[in-house]
Amino acid sequence: MASEQFLADYLPILVFLVIAAGLSCLMIVASLIVGKQRPDKEKLSAYECGFDAFDDARSKFDVRFYLVSILFIIFDLEIAFLFPWAVALKEIGAFGFWSMMAFLGVLTVGFIYEWKKGALEWE
Amino acid sequence: MIDLVKTYGLDAAWMAVKIGVIIGVVLFGVAYLTYAERKVLGAMQKRQGPMTVGPFGLLQPIADGLKLFSKETIIPAQAHRVVFLFAPIMLFTLALVAWAVIPFDLGMVLADINVGILYLFAISSMGVYGVIMAGWASNSRYAFLGGLRSASQMVSYEVSMGLVIVCVLLATGSLNLTEIVMTPRPWPVQVLLFPMFIVFLVSILAETNRSPFDLPEGESELSGGFMVEYSAMTFALFFLGEYANMILMSAMATILFLGGWLPPFGMESLSFVPGVVWFGLKTCLILFFFIWARGTFPRYRYDQLMRLGWKIFLPFTLIWVVVTAGCLMMFDALPG
Repeated sequence: MASEQFLADYLPILVFLVIAAGLSCLMIVASLIVGKQRPDKEKLSAYECGFDAFDDARSKFDVRFYLVSILFIIFDLEIAFLFPWAVALKEIGAFGFWSMMAFLGVLTVGFIYEWKKGALEWE
Repeated sequence: MIDLVKTYGLDAAWMAVKIGVIIGVVLFGVAYLTYAERKVLGAMQKRQGPMTVGPFGLLQPIADGLKLFSKETIIPAQAHRVVFLFAPIMLFTLALVAWAVIPFDLGMVLADINVGILYLFAISSMGVYGVIMAGWASNSRYAFLGGLRSASQMVSYEVSMGLVIVCVLLATGSLNLTEIVMTPRPWPVQVLLFPMFIVFLVSILAETNRSPFDLPEGESELSGGFMVEYSAMTFALFFLGEYANMILMSAMATILFLGGWLPPFGMESLSFVPGVVWFGLKTCLILFFFIWARGTFPRYRYDQLMRLGWKIFLPFTLIWVVVTAGCLMMFDALPG
């Protein structure tokens, strides 16, 4: 069966995943048992330059980090779209080529817009 | 039950052995990569590097490992304990699991799936989660900022890496890693792909947070970045994962651009050497580039890093995808 063969290809990856996850859990647990654990208040406080942390560290941060991740999603989707196109370009021929060029053209317009808007500026 | 064991027992055992060998080789590689890094950096700075433990300091990585193993694991009181512990486990697991599809020689691959390169790309993207989780769960300002920076940096360079891979796919016409290596590449195609090789090399430096792009852990400003709160084995897992990723990226560059296990420059007379040796040598060459870059370049500033990623690499690779596709179409050189 073709589909069974297809699944059988992925079985080693699943087994590998289980073994690798097991190994890393084992390493941490073994080290917890072997190493001497003597926690105290100072050791367990967040790392700061000589004083106790004032408040929660998960505070507001620069909006540009959001912008970068949103841009990343757009371009990563585009790459996911380009993968099958690149592999099948021979079969889909000139029509496929020019369709993708139209798509990339639209995307480029958007890219130029965000560039001009200063979404890529970090000073 | 007994039937089941009879039918699949041997296969399963054989599979477990293969997985064990791969994990062993990767961990051994990681241990001696740290040693090689310290030795090479030492030589670049006219020092000797580690010399005390064992002959020429050869046992240094083992001593380091044992030291980290026996240290106290500190989980900060303010941290989210589950996520805090899960982050290094996830990062390390991902760094190992990616090796399942890497072909070390013709047919010497654990899982010869038909979308190998997509799998590698997906696994390396997931590393970002580990970093974000570590930075958020630690609840320390340094870790938080380091995690943010690292995540933004990794996703930024992932875009250009993806476009580089698309260029290679255009020239090979397959997502299977063995076929990517085995598809013959005439010299014009190689010339066409060469700029992408350079972009790929720089991108993997940024992707693995290596110097000169080691801003997430830039010692002088963020102390340890997202790993600052980690200690003992939890830290060791991050460390091992980072180095395993370096080797993985080098192996990926070898497969995509340097012809994997084939002898260099298509020299048939050298084909008596086993393919694994060529694969290893080529990977070491890229790894040396990692260390060389660390020994010679000053660290980038964050705005320079983002500028390079978004304003130079992204437009350049995007244009190059179009150029590659156009040239291959025009000369009817598409594979398949």
